[in-house]
Amino acid sequence: MSEIPILRIGDCLLVSIQVDMHDRLAMTLQDDLTQRIVADRAHGVMIDISALEIVDSFIGRMLNNIASMSRVLDAVTVVVGMRPAVAITLVELGLTLTGVRTALNVDKGLAMIRGIIDNPQNGYARRDARADREQ
Amino acid sequence: MVTPGETPVPIESSETMPLRNSDDVVRVRQAVRARAVGATFSLVDQTKIVTAASEIARNTVDYGGGGELRIEVLRDGQRRGVRLTFTDQGPGIPDLTLALKDGYTTGGGLGLGLSGAKRLSNEFDIVSAPGHGTKITLARWK
Repeated sequence: MSEIPILRIGDCLLVSIQVDMHDRLAMTLQDDLTQRIVADRAHGVMIDISALEIVDSFIGRMLNNIASMSRVLDAVTVVVGMRPAVAITLVELGLTLTGVRTALNVDKGLAMIRGIIDNPQNGYARRDARADREQ
Repeated sequence: MVTPGETPVPIESSETMPLRNSDDVVRVRQAVRARAVGATFSLVDQTKIVTAASEIARNTVDYGGGGELRIEVLRDGQRRGVRLTFTDQGPGIPDLTLALKDGYTTGGGLGLGLSGAKRLSNEFDIVSAPGHGTKITLARWK
């Protein structure tokens, strides 16, 4: 079974999903990442999905779970590199990925994570404002 | 859906694949992608039918106890389409209306599989009865 490598850059973890994810692999990644956040004292997690040709509800749920777990562990998750066709399909599927931050590419994702870590007030304020709107 | 009395749509090609585990789900995604490319679907249309296939294939494995998929490439004059038929001999779906509701799940998922796959398809049909398995047919046209 192929594993998905988790790279560390400073206090961020970077995961680039380069394989067609089967369900067990998605669950393994979720567990591995959660452990690494604690072990590496990471404050940011970036998941690059630019190689993913589809995101179905299972992978969507995995992304949601990772974002929720890392939030509880005081880390910020940003998903980067979603393909346009995947984004169009996700919306029609009905998956909104509430609670998952997204950025266009790795550069912007890192900048977003830095911004939130260095200025948590900003990040939390933004999240609260969004939660209020949705209520 | 072909109802009795209607002229059946000409089928260009047809293949059947087993659906037993999550590796088969990945293979199904790749096969459906290849057929959609062959039918000259746009990238967005390919992504939509592959995503729909992934949702239903997972249901067949997780809830239906495994089954099979028939992939057909259709040609209706200038129109080309891909039709997928998922069959299992599992416990069946007791309440189809409820099963098709957004957010309804018996398995701890997001409850978007059936309803989402339906939205991603141009044609969608479920035949199921408790104890008699489930047959889901979906099609997408170019």
